[in-house]
Amino acid sequence: MKENEVPQDKGNLSKSNMKELVYATDEKGNYTTALSTGWEPKTIALSNSIDEINERIATAKEQVKNGEVSPIVYFMEFSKMDIAVLSSYVGMWQWRVKRHFKPTVFAKLSNTILQKYAETFNISVEELRNFKTD
Amino acid sequence: MEINFTHHQSAHCENGVASNLLKNNGLNISEPMVFGIGSGLFFVYLPFIKVNYAPAISYRPMPGAIFNKLAKRLGLKIKRQKFSSEANATKALDENLKNNIPTGLQVGVYNLTYFPDEYRFHFNAHNLVVYGKTETDYLISDPVMETVTTLTHQELNKVRFAKGAFAPRGQMYYPIHIPATIDLKSAIVKGIKNTCRDMLAPAPIIGVRGIKFVASRIRKWPLKHGTKKANHYLAQMVRMQEEIGTGGGGFRFIYAAFLQESAVILENEKLKELSQEMTAIGDLWRDFAVNASRVYKNRSTQADVYNTIADQLLDIANKEEVFFKKLKAAIS
Repeated sequence: MKENEVPQDKGNLSKSNMKELVYATDEKGNYTTALSTGWEPKTIALSNSIDEINERIATAKEQVKNGEVSPIVYFMEFSKMDIAVLSSYVGMWQWRVKRHFKPTVFAKLSNTILQKYAETFNISVEELRNFKTD
Repeated sequence: MEINFTHHQSAHCENGVASNLLKNNGLNISEPMVFGIGSGLFFVYLPFIKVNYAPAISYRPMPGAIFNKLAKRLGLKIKRQKFSSEANATKALDENLKNNIPTGLQVGVYNLTYFPDEYRFHFNAHNLVVYGKTETDYLISDPVMETVTTLTHQELNKVRFAKGAFAPRGQMYYPIHIPATIDLKSAIVKGIKNTCRDMLAPAPIIGVRGIKFVASRIRKWPLKHGTKKANHYLAQMVRMQEEIGTGGGGFRFIYAAFLQESAVILENEKLKELSQEMTAIGDLWRDFAVNASRVYKNRSTQADVYNTIADQLLDIANKEEVFFKKLKAAIS
């Protein structure tokens, strides 16, 4: 990559005025560093991932609404977590966390357990228990 | 309390922290040098591990490996500590700052408040330096940022004890001994040899063979998983290759910069030529990213486009195979 070809596309970084450092060659072919505001192929890749997450969140919301899963699933997706990450944050086995995905099991959970989830999601126990889907 | 510390922006966090900490201790060493001697160039494909619901592809070795190899090859002593108690972790860090030691930390990215939201994933192998503390904040030098920044006491505690894969467990590290004279030449040769060995490894998921393996898998993705998932996998791969930290082209440009610097130190003209060749290969990786992004942008449904980019990847792998053989010959 040549220094004058370092992409300066608008992207996820330029929104917050951040620039990243890349390595490029100057006109003599010697290496130097340059700052880049973003590159389109990357922006598309990232927005692809973000769309994917938003889709997952929307699906989870729908499932909570239909009483198929507990609000824990929604907040897990909302916090960009998967079961492995969530289980290590709350300090419980994955099968236990998976069990708490069932609305019937969720309804009977103690405050102590709910507190662990609420802390992980940065919300209150009330918000977790009385999650509104609309 | 603030320690005198000079912040330099870098492409990759781990090299950047290593380079910044060593520069601060009077050892002037560039980011590409750290990367090259630490054998940072790598490729591994782990289809059985899923990251963000896509097979894991990494262009770098395990977190911490670069700095550890660098330290070993230059005869530096690095102290690393992990903690089970959050209170002890804070105490140890504060103690260090009191003794004027800027300290490197492994942290999770998800709660780094100064990152744009889009970049806050559950990724735990980020590195930064803490160089001071005020009533409310810690002073942070994050090498991927242009300038220094801060985190509140609570925020820093949270990122140090992020959970999930590669959980940092409060890990902190700092150089405790730097020899008066270092043998840069032999360290460079060791670093290059290690990289050639990794990239030409006779294992199907590592190095050049790993790249070929991915290429053959790309052909199957649309039929096996459907285009939606195939596109998601491709997008993830491009992110690993190009996102903040790689300096572009899956670290190939940083490596080319290292070879150029080494050519002067080792007085080896051959390395300069190879540096140019690596740059050309890096450009091919960029082209691959461009074409891959076209695939997942247009959501094209023909199976043929996947074959086209797989061919492109295979071509890169073949060129790298030749390249690393030449590199190996150039330093032996």
